[in-house]
Amino acid sequence: MKFSILINEGPYTHQASDSAYQFAKSVLAKGHEIFRIFFYHDGVNNATRLTTPPQDDRNIVNRWSKLAEEHKLDMVVCVAAAQRRGIVDEGEAKRNGKDATNLAPGFRISGLGQLIEAGIQADRMVTFGD
Amino acid sequence: MTIKKFMMVNRKAPYGTVYALESLEVVLIAAAFEQDVSLAFLDDGVYQLKRGHQTKGIEMKGFEKTYGALEDYDVSKLYVDQESMAARGLTADDLCVPVEVMSRAELGKLMEEQDVVLSF
Amino acid sequence: MLNIINKSPLDRGSLDTCLQSAEGGAILLIEDGVYAATKGSVGEAKLKAAGKFKVYALGPDLEARGMADRVMDGVTVVDYGGFVDLVAEHKASQSWL
Repeated sequence: MKFSILINEGPYTHQASDSAYQFAKSVLAKGHEIFRIFFYHDGVNNATRLTTPPQDDRNIVNRWSKLAEEHKLDMVVCVAAAQRRGIVDEGEAKRNGKDATNLAPGFRISGLGQLIEAGIQADRMVTFGD
Repeated sequence: MTIKKFMMVNRKAPYGTVYALESLEVVLIAAAFEQDVSLAFLDDGVYQLKRGHQTKGIEMKGFEKTYGALEDYDVSKLYVDQESMAARGLTADDLCVPVEVMSRAELGKLMEEQDVVLSF
Repeated sequence: MLNIINKSPLDRGSLDTCLQSAEGGAILLIEDGVYAATKGSVGEAKLKAAGKFKVYALGPDLEARGMADRVMDGVTVVDYGGFVDLVAEHKASQSWL
């Protein structure tokens, strides 16, 4: 079965991203497919590679990047939400004249249409938020 | 393209958090994808539709007008929970757009018919 | 419908609104939502009165909060794999955020 996941909150403040991660791992472990993981609202903050949690804490961003690499996941960050919150890839930096980029590996920035498409294409859509 | 029934469930007040505004953005995109879109307003979500937003003093973008523009995007299924309005001293006359007022049970029935439910 | 609740019933109205609106099906309590399924809490009475729902609670969230031994009767504890199964078994899920 094809799943899509929507994450509406950033890392560390809310449990949403942690819950979504555990859920995503179990989806894959059960032999299902993940069509797309979409990050919206403050959820886009899951995609900054500049995160540096203490040694004894989980690294939520790296964890997503690793899962994406291992399972070839499509992790999409909403462009409008990302622009508001300073999540930048090279294309966005060029377009908006920013002097840095911070998008973590495995993520890509795209439009909200990707969320709707995820809802259309997947058999199941699960939302994690506040 | 496949047409699915999408319902956006709004249960949060406007301006205090960003959810109402960013939910509207999802609605517009879903409509652009020609999906069968409906909006449900429950609990503090009914405050989103209260007429007469004046956001100049808080320097935030007001988005009351966007609800009025939904019809241009062929989004006309706006459902409002009667009980939530009553608990907040509101009636349909206080709202900025025409809506269908219904009971919680009727809303639940509509939710059951959806393919995708997105809550903001 | 699988109704997912992630907030304590003493903090937010999401459980109340879900119980009063949703037609039936299943409720899965996750994150702070698991407090609703604990013995002697206000959530227990609410869930007992809502017999048309099958109620599940996420074990790892109960354990994290020291509440795993307080689960009320009639609630099925599941792990994340069980969460996935519940989503798969229901045509749609709704997170009452």
